[in-house]
Amino acid sequence: MSKTILSDESLTFAEKVIGMRAQSNNRPLSPGEITVLPVDMAMAQDSTGPLAIKVFEEMGVGKVWDPSRIHLVIDHTYPAADEKVAKLHILMRAFAKKHGVRLVEGSISHQHLLENHVVPGMVLFGADSHTCQGGAVGAFATGVGSSEMAGLWATGKLWVRVPETIRVNITGEFKKGVYARDLISHFIGMVGEDGGNYMSLEWKGPAVRTLSIASRACVSNNSMECGCKLSIFEVDALTQEYFRSVGRESIQEVHAGLKATYKDTHDVELGKLEPEVAEPGNVDKVKSVDELEGTPIDQSFIGSSTNGRVEDLVVAAKILKGHRVKTGSRCIVTPASRQVFEYAISNGLAETFLQSGAVFTNATCGACVGTHLGALGENEVCISSSPRNYTGRMGATSAKIYLASPATCAASAIEGKIADPRKYL
Amino acid sequence: MTIPATLQGRAWVWPDNVNTDIIIPFRFKARTNDPVEMAKYAMYGFDPEFYKKVKQGDLFVAGRNFGGGSSREQAPVAIKYAGVAAVVAESFARIFYRNSFAIGLPALEVPGISNEVKQFEELEVNVENWSVKRLRDGRVFQALKVPGFLRNLMREGGLVEYYKRHKTFPWEQLQTAAATA
Ligand code: SF4
Repeated sequence: MSKTILSDESLTFAEKVIGMRAQSNNRPLSPGEITVLPVDMAMAQDSTGPLAIKVFEEMGVGKVWDPSRIHLVIDHTYPAADEKVAKLHILMRAFAKKHGVRLVEGSISHQHLLENHVVPGMVLFGADSHTCQGGAVGAFATGVGSSEMAGLWATGKLWVRVPETIRVNITGEFKKGVYARDLISHFIGMVGEDGGNYMSLEWKGPAVRTLSIASRACVSNNSMECGCKLSIFEVDALTQEYFRSVGRESIQEVHAGLKATYKDTHDVELGKLEPEVAEPGNVDKVKSVDELEGTPIDQSFIGSSTNGRVEDLVVAAKILKGHRVKTGSRCIVTPASRQVFEYAISNGLAETFLQSGAVFTNATCGACVGTHLGALGENEVCISSSPRNYTGRMGATSAKIYLASPATCAASAIEGKIADPRKYL
Repeated sequence: MTIPATLQGRAWVWPDNVNTDIIIPFRFKARTNDPVEMAKYAMYGFDPEFYKKVKQGDLFVAGRNFGGGSSREQAPVAIKYAGVAAVVAESFARIFYRNSFAIGLPALEVPGISNEVKQFEELEVNVENWSVKRLRDGRVFQALKVPGFLRNLMREGGLVEYYKRHKTFPWEQLQTAAATA
């Protein structure tokens, strides 16, 4: 039965996965219908996990459904910045020990899962909104809150509503100095910060195959900023090659049907994109870099689960090499995982950052959420490769955050003001 | 703790796109597991003194996309423990919406509502027939439909209360219901 669903040309990715995996039926479901989905993997981090643990204990459930499928990741404020955070980390370690669940410390959850666990066809729920990053390799991956995570730990399943799907057709090639981050920033600007609320995005078109797995991860991760539930790149030759190289196997390759019904289709021609910058306050106030060039900054942050991967740090290092971070401003470089951190050390990137006067930190969310290693004070201005520029996101309510690619952030660090990366490439 | 059928109170009116960083900044919410402590930072991005000004039983009326951004359940928790009895919005961001039901905070979607209510106007939210009444003229605004299992979950006070009472989760019944339907 589920075989027919898999080959049904009228269904989207989300409709296929839900139709095949939902326990209560063996028929395809339509957008808006609600069902229950067995989950392959669950993740909570150190700002959602402690509350999930508290709720789980208050419920008095007793045992988790399957310890090997549950990940607790200490990543948001790692290592603890103060005693209050340390207390919550202790709670997580104790829970992990008691229930035998997986404990990870010092890599950002989404990157850690991508490097080690996520596979095509997996159903992954994370107590973190950017869990949708897993769609980069064809996983059904989405975010929930702490209480539902606790309920998921107890039962191994959760209710889902079948989402409508938006197709994004990408064509052409990036110009010099333009990256995946500029693509997704541009898209968020096009559809608005709730333009994908509750929907699934499917990235299609001939340009998909030119995007690396890291670039797809950036796009899927940052898709959350239009409110979407899933952001899917279907498995292709590149994905298969990636999984061969890391020695992991798909659960199932799921491809959207050729006659699937989409709520909307958008076309994006990559060659028309510029380095894009989102203005403070809303992720969808996106302009091209030349409109904001020269805006003075106090800090540049290169990192986060959106843009703290090897390819991001390589570009940043290329731009910073032989230059100095502008006196009076700071540049903070934070890798997304221990693996990226180690790569940066052994391949000379860390050295370049340090020689330029940047601060090179361990892997953590850190500055992205103003919790440590780069919080902003009153009226400070930052340009950041992290996904959000909301009021108070990185510290003081009066601080201003511009969002841009790692390349634009690196160029801006050199000048102490928003700068076009192309002159350094 | 069952939520009564009608909730009467004055409305705080908020704009579109009130995100979870505004509702409770990370640096506060990630340093406590105590809902009463979280409540002290409710709506901090708009007014750090909000928790001193809000009264038990107050209501929220907001524009589009209330609760966008982070998955932090601390956002609806802070609102609830600050004393707010229900949130009515043009629309909600997906995770905030799920979280509200999971913690027992009534969240009603009423398109067009934000232009119909003035700051501190008295409203009556009805969580049984899922509507909002403007007391000044008695006009009733119907909220968008929500599946019964979610409304029951919310009425019973959220997942902790629900599980303690029924020793099962709402979606476990849902599965049985769907299978027999
Ligand atoms: S880096 Fe920022 S966006 Fe990514 S998981 Fe951490 S806090 Fe969330």
